[in-house]
Amino acid sequence: MTALLEPQPAQAENQELGPKLVVGATLQPTLDELSRPGRFSPKVPHPSADALERIPSSQRRSGGLGLPELNEPEVIRHFVNLSQLNYSIDTGFYPLGSCTMKYNPKINEWAARLPGLAALHPLSPDAAAQGTLELLWELEQWLIEISGMKAVTLQPAAGAQGELTGILMIRAYHAARGDTARTEVIVPDSSHGTNPATASMAGFKTVTVKSTAEGQVDLDALRAALGPQTAAVMLTNPSTLGLFEKQIEQLLDAVHGAGALAYMDGANMNAILGKFRPGPAGFDVMHFNTHKTFSTPHGGGGPGAGPVAVGDKLLPFLPWPRVLREDEGFRLERAGERPSSIGRVRSYQGSVGVLVRAYAYLLAHGAEGLVEVSEDAVLAANYLRSRLAGTFEMPFAQVSKHEFVASSSAIKKRTGVRMLDIAKRLIDYGFHPPTIYFPLTVDECMLVEPTETESVETLDAFAEALISIVAEADSHPQLLHDAPHDSPVRRLDEATAARQPDLRWQAMTGAEPVCPQ
Amino acid sequence: MQVPDDLRYTPDHEWLRIEGDEAVMGITEYAATELGDIVFVELPKTGTTLESAQSFGVIESVKTASDLFAPAAGEIIAINDALADKPELVNDDPYGEGWMVRLKLSDPAAAGATSDHLMDPDAYRKLVEAG
Amino acid sequence: MTYGPHTPADRERMLTALGVDSIDALFADIPTAVRAHGLDVPPGLDELTLSRRLELLARRNRVDLVTFLGAGAYRHHIPATVDQILSRGEFYTAYTPYQPEISQGTLQTIYEYQSLIAQLTGLDIVSASHYDGAAATAEAALMTVRATRRDRVLVSRAVHRHFVDTTRTYFEGGRLELDELPTLADGTTDLGALERELADPARPVAGVIVGQPNAFGILENMADAARLAHAAGALFVAVVEPVSLAVLAPPGDYGADIAVGEGQPLGIPLQYGGPYLGLLAARADLVRQVPGRLVGRTTDVDGRRAFVMTLRAREQDIRRDKAASNICTNQALCALAATVYIATLGPHGLHDVAALGAVKAKQLEDALSAVGVSRIHSGPYLNEFAARVPDARRVHATLVERGFVAGLPLADWYPDDPALEDALLLCATEVTTDDDIARFASALREVTG
Repeated sequence: MTALLEPQPAQAENQELGPKLVVGATLQPTLDELSRPGRFSPKVPHPSADALERIPSSQRRSGGLGLPELNEPEVIRHFVNLSQLNYSIDTGFYPLGSCTMKYNPKINEWAARLPGLAALHPLSPDAAAQGTLELLWELEQWLIEISGMKAVTLQPAAGAQGELTGILMIRAYHAARGDTARTEVIVPDSSHGTNPATASMAGFKTVTVKSTAEGQVDLDALRAALGPQTAAVMLTNPSTLGLFEKQIEQLLDAVHGAGALAYMDGANMNAILGKFRPGPAGFDVMHFNTHKTFSTPHGGGGPGAGPVAVGDKLLPFLPWPRVLREDEGFRLERAGERPSSIGRVRSYQGSVGVLVRAYAYLLAHGAEGLVEVSEDAVLAANYLRSRLAGTFEMPFAQVSKHEFVASSSAIKKRTGVRMLDIAKRLIDYGFHPPTIYFPLTVDECMLVEPTETESVETLDAFAEALISIVAEADSHPQLLHDAPHDSPVRRLDEATAARQPDLRWQAMTGAEPVCPQ
Repeated sequence: MQVPDDLRYTPDHEWLRIEGDEAVMGITEYAATELGDIVFVELPKTGTTLESAQSFGVIESVKTASDLFAPAAGEIIAINDALADKPELVNDDPYGEGWMVRLKLSDPAAAGATSDHLMDPDAYRKLVEAG
Repeated sequence: MTYGPHTPADRERMLTALGVDSIDALFADIPTAVRAHGLDVPPGLDELTLSRRLELLARRNRVDLVTFLGAGAYRHHIPATVDQILSRGEFYTAYTPYQPEISQGTLQTIYEYQSLIAQLTGLDIVSASHYDGAAATAEAALMTVRATRRDRVLVSRAVHRHFVDTTRTYFEGGRLELDELPTLADGTTDLGALERELADPARPVAGVIVGQPNAFGILENMADAARLAHAAGALFVAVVEPVSLAVLAPPGDYGADIAVGEGQPLGIPLQYGGPYLGLLAARADLVRQVPGRLVGRTTDVDGRRAFVMTLRAREQDIRRDKAASNICTNQALCALAATVYIATLGPHGLHDVAALGAVKAKQLEDALSAVGVSRIHSGPYLNEFAARVPDARRVHATLVERGFVAGLPLADWYPDDPALEDALLLCATEVTTDDDIARFASALREVTG
């Protein structure tokens, strides 16, 4: 145990770091290359040859169905080998700022697979869905308490869809007041790209306000940008720089003073559970990312879920149908029951399988567990920041919350090595790189978020790896320019991928339509 | 860093070569280097009229996308079709085969004069060096 | 200490390194007036207690009922391979593949998914997924608007009600027009009405959206609808059910520019509505209009074949307010489920699933006929149809008490249509048994008297 706590020796001389790599190395053919005519492991009975005779031939598929033919062992081997080419939380540390890559608890996987939950059809009569309806209602209550808001919708399938839901509700709110002059949404220059993209999708013009040198939203700039044309201001708190907005009260006062509403991007909730509640502070609406704060798995890009919490002003506009609790049990709102709703933002009720996992996570932690999550996340981030303070520039003096920004600008000037190269070299050390070049407001930056589920040993090993890499930047910069060396594939030709897109294998000619067995 | 002397330059790193009452534009070598490998150039159709400094197209590299701004006012009378298949011409020959749009100038005299919007080569060199 | 590793000694060590004596110091920058002091929620549960709570909730759901529900979400046998692969931590706990060198597993499976859906739809460009069929439909509608620079879209009323409603919500933002086309007695979209709407010179149409099968389960004249759309300069969007594509003509064959649909039938459990899988496929020349991620094949510096996210400059993190869509998180793991499902079944298996559904549905139709219940629409169907049952809502509720879910009362989706007041939308798949059908028909006869 003690040995692990000691600083690792610098790796500058040792280019062979193979054993550290946490990713396998067997590249795989694609399914069409593995396909052989006639390979087939039947899974359902074979119907009679006349099964489709009653379908008009003009509407039937003519010619065969060109899909790969494999038997089951080949399918399994193919995907298992592919899985081993992936880095994952279950294999290693992801210090990805803005993503909150915490451990995904296994009991959540078990819960989501319970047949009673997994096999329920979304249009089941309310009487048949009482278990799920109760779970959803209860989850809403937890999120209401965490946000300090009045009501929640669980419909949005992702944070970005939650943002769209929130902004559309704000739009409906102003329209209901007869105020059609509000055509702008203000976002800070450090905002996540989804914020301005959402504003555009909702038909608003985005106005960007700059941050101060201390990494806070510039209050004067915000006041200057606010006016009768402002529908909403979208803020992330803590900011995408991992800093709590110290002037949050004044910011929100300014927003409301101009008659606009305040949206909080809740991506960084992991820093403030039980420490700051957006509702009482003055936010009108916010979204959560369950795949960040509440541990639902990232799945290689999704699915997530983006529940939205609202205060009184926006409650009438929540998507329809809501889950209601009555004496007899739980039910969904009926058609026409709340005409002020903005309507549906998706089919059925929400990404319930994801929400079950979030529900299990919340119940497992409870009041103290959730506060401990934020405390440990913030402690770990500040600790890691202190370990790296001598190696990278830390642009902001303020204490960090759950993530921090570091810059390698001086390293670039000194050695020509960019943050991209440092990131790629981390792969050889067995780590997934942190977020790089975001937020856009800091030059040659990385955004590091350790989360609360990584041990001190892991944090130390990560810090030592970075220190070692920066030493390599001074002595062997080419090693970094060419990194990674030990991964299954190395730096990719992304220019050709974009100039001559190859987005699918060549069309396969069809298999015989009826299995000749 | 190439900054040809027979061209005018905008603060957004476009260049303009005036040929009588027509002009040709593209982006500078500095811009092409900053953007990286160009993968796509989105240009409007011929016949489109542009105001000076108006955003009229997009230049995409692997990691970024930047707007293109009109160096001068005029009607587009030709676009460089070669860029559709070979966007890398912008990287390889930004002042020659990487040209983008030919304009019939609305006001040839104004286009010929130097201003904050249309700089002479020395002013542009200073801008680039200031970084 | 739920899942975190920090002992008091660990915390002490970190605090000492920071030179502070308590964690509170790290939250001191939160202004006092907005500082919270804990959460008013129940205490945490150990795993055993938590599991009991979840089992209790799961037991309250009536998944034992014999069900004929379809309406966009379908019961299928999911081969055991799918969950085995989805349970691999390397897949489900992996992040978005922004670092391609260590994400080839995710990237290659997405490329394979794109290729499989391209084969099924007969189109070329497949996005790496949208949230669900509804979001995919809304995104496709927005694509037609961007591509044609017109602001009106026509959608058949026989497209899934939730897809239409979601598109309408998305259209609010852009002040766009979404108009519904009527249907005929046979259950198909009124193409005469379509032609008339397309002919209005004051309101040019960007896109026409029709389902195949449609929301009544009926098969439409897609080629004719596509021709009409194109003649008026509009794009044609097909809303398809992916398993049916094993036996039905694919969108690429009948002139669709874009195909969308709900991918849930491809190996994704019902889960009361999600997470599901928004399918979106388009013609090759629409590639730059397609929202969402795309994975492409390329080579690495040593010449190895590899996969990478490409055409990224269209996405929100780069284009920001000019991005075509705000989509960031997608449904990658659900796309993986679909890939494993299709790979496991192969063309023969997928064909069998679709054909068996057709057989069972015909069996159901015949069994209902024998008890005096017949179809409302005369058009051809694959595995779903609307049956006429007087006093449908009451009959439906009574049947639930007897252990059956008699599909979906279509009055729920079309409350103002008297022709559908007595309609129950019924579906059969390969998991529907002869016994299910016989008992259901018998119960229906008793309840309808």
